[in-house]
Amino acid sequence: MANHIIELVDLTKEYDGHKALKSINLYIRQNEFVTLLGPSGCGKTTTLRLIGGFEIPTSGSVMFESVNINDVPPYKRRVNTVFQKYALFPHMNVFENIAFGLKIKKTGKDTINEKVRDMLSMVNLSGFENRSVDSLSGGQQQRIAIARALVNEPEVLLLDEPLGALDLKLRKEMQQELKNIQKRLGITFIYVTHDQEEALTMSDTIVVMQQGSIQQIGTPQDIYNEPRNAFVADFIGESNIIDGVMIHDYRVVFAGHEFDCVDKGFGSMENVDVVVRPEDIKLMHENENLVQGRVKSVTFKGVHYEMRIMGENGYNWIVHSTVMEPVDTKVGLKIQPYDIQIMKKVQIS
Amino acid sequence: MKKGWISYPYIIWMLIFIVVPLLLVLYYSVTASTASGTAFTLENFEKFMQPIYVKVLVRSIALALISTFICLVLGYPVAMILAGRNLKKKSLLVLLFIIPMWMNFLLRTYAWMTILERNGLINTFLGTLGLPQLNILYTDSAVALGMVYNFLPFMVLPIFSVMSKIDMSLIEAAEDLGSNSITVFRKVTFPLSLPGVVSGITMVFMPAVTTFVISNLLGGSQYTLIGNLIEDQFMRVYDWNFGSAVSIIMMLLILASMGIMNRYDKDDAGGGLF
Repeated sequence: MANHIIELVDLTKEYDGHKALKSINLYIRQNEFVTLLGPSGCGKTTTLRLIGGFEIPTSGSVMFESVNINDVPPYKRRVNTVFQKYALFPHMNVFENIAFGLKIKKTGKDTINEKVRDMLSMVNLSGFENRSVDSLSGGQQQRIAIARALVNEPEVLLLDEPLGALDLKLRKEMQQELKNIQKRLGITFIYVTHDQEEALTMSDTIVVMQQGSIQQIGTPQDIYNEPRNAFVADFIGESNIIDGVMIHDYRVVFAGHEFDCVDKGFGSMENVDVVVRPEDIKLMHENENLVQGRVKSVTFKGVHYEMRIMGENGYNWIVHSTVMEPVDTKVGLKIQPYDIQIMKKVQIS
Repeated sequence: MKKGWISYPYIIWMLIFIVVPLLLVLYYSVTASTASGTAFTLENFEKFMQPIYVKVLVRSIALALISTFICLVLGYPVAMILAGRNLKKKSLLVLLFIIPMWMNFLLRTYAWMTILERNGLINTFLGTLGLPQLNILYTDSAVALGMVYNFLPFMVLPIFSVMSKIDMSLIEAAEDLGSNSITVFRKVTFPLSLPGVVSGITMVFMPAVTTFVISNLLGGSQYTLIGNLIEDQFMRVYDWNFGSAVSIIMMLLILASMGIMNRYDKDDAGGGLF
């Protein structure tokens, strides 16, 4: 598999008997922007650290261009890392920080000067060479950290929640900037985050992880529109997850009503999880053919209103709509067949 | 400051026990008692310029520098090991290092006398092996040994505290950027530990250069360092004026050396004990 730059094979990592990573398998293609997404403690950072060489796998292997690199120390790997808290050297100025890797490789002085200058202009910090690291804002430090890693021209750039400490606006700008840099340089990015929106915005491929296992791998569209299980559906955006029963192919019953759907291949009368995105539910006038409910609360969210609706059977629906229905209004919930996601039940502890 | 009065007791304390004695020492150092009472003079300082006293000063500084250097060479690796990330039972080891400091300084130095003396532990041991005896006690080496032994924790602890505060991710970042462990130490760990080294050096050098107990006990009665010189002027010779002048010179010396060290300790990352 020529264009699989990194492959993780049955990779397991234990800390004092606790399994942080349970035999995961994953390949990463050249020039891909891959995001490892999951809640804290899901093993995403451990995965990144195993690729970077800061942890040694308990079992399984990390393959780099089809070569096992389990025992290769970090300083010999052709990957570079952008650390969560930037980890800029406080005793060096901006220039020295960026030039660190090049100096170790005994690069010529002129080349270093040129490359550092190019990097600084790429991250829009030209002229900052002699500034001390402490005098920079969080966003600027972040860019220096990225420049320091990229100046070494790694095959793969690892990013460990690099935007976590930035405010929302700056984070959005940096997301765009990172994506542009990745496209321009054609370097493989492996990005760790717990922010699902960040993952959806930036990634070519998202790997959703939970409790040391991979839950789903797919494009942002796949992950959002076709979540494979209730955990993924719940973690990626808000959803209504309801217990349902598959009557036969293309027919499901949930919330006390039967619906047409587009899914097949389940057993007859199999218990399933049904996911409906809040923005896919249309509020109509009360109507016997629809799920009935009463608006319990309305929250203004900017683009839309979020309404909590107490439905039949005591289920709480979340509905997003640009049209507000006042509290206590009785409404009908209209759900189209293609907006219904059916998933196999999984044990999620 | 509205509640400035809270600090009054401390100000009074400092006046009585620090400022007044200092002024007294200064007063004694620039006066001399003559038949007609006390008179202003710089004779005491001139007296110190005699070769015999200058020699004492040079010897004190040399011995203190040697002890400080040995402390640094011994203490730095210890501090580094103690601060190591993979060390288990770290607090126990640190405790072991501190426990001797709980014992009286004099007692510990006396203990060394019994170890080093002619019929002491070392010579008895060498004797049973049929080896020639060593005369360590009452030599420069014994004094240096006493200083290193007594002041080593003051070197280890500041370096240890600075080193254990170094962010692990900085070391990982250096590895990530291509440094092997030697380069990591040279380019990251060592430069970042310098504030600890600076305060360690200060805290060993200052007591070492002024000590008189260690040189008295392990150096013998003939042995004179600047601390002994000052002690003698006050306790035996009763030339308080000269003793004060030497003290003032000593104080200026320490202030100067601290001033120099502080230039290297730019940021406040220093983990001093005090």
